[in-house]
Amino acid sequence: MITAGGIFLGIAFLASVLATGLIQQHLPVQLDEAARIEAANRSRWLVIMSLVVCTVGISNSMLMSVTERYKEIGTMKCLGALDIFIVELFLLEAMIIGVIASFLGWCVGFSAIFLLGLASHGWAVVGKIHILQILGQLGIAMAIGAFLTVIATIAPAIRAAQMPPAIALRAEI
Amino acid sequence: MAANEYVVRTKDLCKEFIMGDQVLRALDGVQLDVRRGEYISIMGPSGSGKSTLFNMIGGLDKPTSGSVFINDVDMAQLDAHELAYLRCRTIGYIFQTFNLIPVMTALENVTLPTVFAGTPTDEGIEKGIKLLTLVGLGERLHHKPSELSGGQQQRVAIARALANDPAIILADEPTGNLDLKTGKEIILLLKKLNQEQGVTIISATHDLKMIDVSDRVVWIRDGKIERIEERSEIELRVGELEGAEQ
Repeated sequence: MITAGGIFLGIAFLASVLATGLIQQHLPVQLDEAARIEAANRSRWLVIMSLVVCTVGISNSMLMSVTERYKEIGTMKCLGALDIFIVELFLLEAMIIGVIASFLGWCVGFSAIFLLGLASHGWAVVGKIHILQILGQLGIAMAIGAFLTVIATIAPAIRAAQMPPAIALRAEI
Repeated sequence: MAANEYVVRTKDLCKEFIMGDQVLRALDGVQLDVRRGEYISIMGPSGSGKSTLFNMIGGLDKPTSGSVFINDVDMAQLDAHELAYLRCRTIGYIFQTFNLIPVMTALENVTLPTVFAGTPTDEGIEKGIKLLTLVGLGERLHHKPSELSGGQQQRVAIARALANDPAIILADEPTGNLDLKTGKEIILLLKKLNQEQGVTIISATHDLKMIDVSDRVVWIRDGKIERIEERSEIELRVGELEGAEQ
């Protein structure tokens, strides 16, 4: 749940920055070249930093959710599950969470900026944004979200899968 | 026959745990041979090393020295894949705390090992239903563990242990979390499986009710085998023990 929240916020921010860029492209009065590049750089750094922070947050919450389930992992290993199966299980779960949370995050982030743009510039500007551009951004946001969640999950999942079952079973939470 | 007579053999089995700067010897040269189709109970007070021995036999933990042979194969020689294969096909585990997966139904819990074994889904489900019926839970296939009583959960666990037709069932205090009557039912169920399916049962316990059904009882104390008794030897003494309890 915390994982979903982390990726949700991160992607919402990413979506809002991307959407701002889109709207700026269609503004009647364009900023001069140097100012535009500077602004783009700044927002790029902001996005990267926010995604790094949110990845660390996800790792932490994934670590917790893996720890909570040591006993389950131990049981599965007793029943003959291979290490790789357990890793796969966690990665799959992370990916599903990542995709859903990034979709929701993108919706929130994009619609917030979209409505803001609509309020300040009117339909004349916002209406020019092409549907394919929007879908492209959605795709990028979801891919990044899922990728980051999976990256953040790999380490705790591998650690849990490699534990001897006796120790995993003994773990008390 | 001779080569195949013993399913489990342990040789000079030692296990040490390091607690801070102290070395704790949980098992100290355990020598145990278990015959095929036998019902064997490992008895001893808590902390005597029975759970440790159980973990060694089940390949859940590695011994410090000595070796465990399952069907004449030395477990220390197996790599992770082979060990998983062994745990999957040859050994069924039953735990004191049941250890069912809470988000899965009884049937899903029982079919889980067949998934690991690569059995086709339909066959696995068929098998699961058959096993749950065998343990008397044919009516509760789609209940989650939280909707079942302790005794029922343990029955699910027994069905799960049998899912891949193992040669050995290892039970660690199977009646530890159950009341007297339910515990007795579980013991009788294990005995029935032992007799009808010929599966070898090794159970670590301090439940004296187990003595009744065991072919042999291994008494363990301070990591050493104190004595091994055949049932015929102890039958008389059980009466004494039960008398003493009242």
